[in-house]
Amino acid sequence: MSIQVDLYDRLALNLEADLVQMVNKTSAKGVLIDISAVSIVDSFMGRIIGNIASMSKILDAETVVVGMQPAVAITLIELGLPLKGVHTALDMEKGMRLLKSMIDETEEDADEDQTADDLITE
Amino acid sequence: MTLSLSKDTIQVIKEQDVVFLKNRVKETAVKIKMGLVNQTRLLTACSELVRNMMRYANGGVCIIEVVSSGRNNGVRLTFSDKGPGIPDIEAAMRDGFSTGKSLGLGLPGTKRLVNEFEIKSKVGEGTVIVILKWANG
Repeated sequence: MSIQVDLYDRLALNLEADLVQMVNKTSAKGVLIDISAVSIVDSFMGRIIGNIASMSKILDAETVVVGMQPAVAITLIELGLPLKGVHTALDMEKGMRLLKSMIDETEEDADEDQTADDLITE
Repeated sequence: MTLSLSKDTIQVIKEQDVVFLKNRVKETAVKIKMGLVNQTRLLTACSELVRNMMRYANGGVCIIEVVSSGRNNGVRLTFSDKGPGIPDIEAAMRDGFSTGKSLGLGLPGTKRLVNEFEIKSKVGEGTVIVILKWANG
């Protein structure tokens, strides 16, 4: 999903709810958020992004934020916003690759767990 | 000595006013040739303070000024509201302190983003916060 405007608060909250519902409905494994058109991220927006990541995580989907402008990154750090649990990538393509690798990894883990369980039952 | 070159007063009561205010602040910053990183810092600071004003005081007034000192120009923003006021400013300026449900980064984070930060508040009367960002610095 690509955010093309500077969000004001109500819009951001709607986005959060809609996105998490979509993850559930489509049983998505990954969420990619493109914020290259967003010129400021304040503590409220940062918290929304963090919330989306944590909620998606509970629904078993990984979140990658891509396209953050350098000035936004500088400001976020000075503001003191950690953005915990949010993966980031430089652009859309790298973000997709990161998502793919993360999803493959979790599936491999699941397979391994499966075999381990099988061994125990045997 | 700091001179004030222009003054613009904007009422902020609705969410649409916030968008308008941010656009005006951005225009002003661009006009004095503020760099992109400083513009972003100033706008983020403005965003934090105007949100506080909306949440705790149901809005207020923001004055946008272009100030000049020697060769350096800057933007000064004065946010004043008639809200409940802040009982303990020292606590409010600590990272992680919040009476609302936020992260408590608004005030201390804002202070880190600007060159000058001044806060005055009286319980029951309101709060005035003045921030200043120089174009270079």
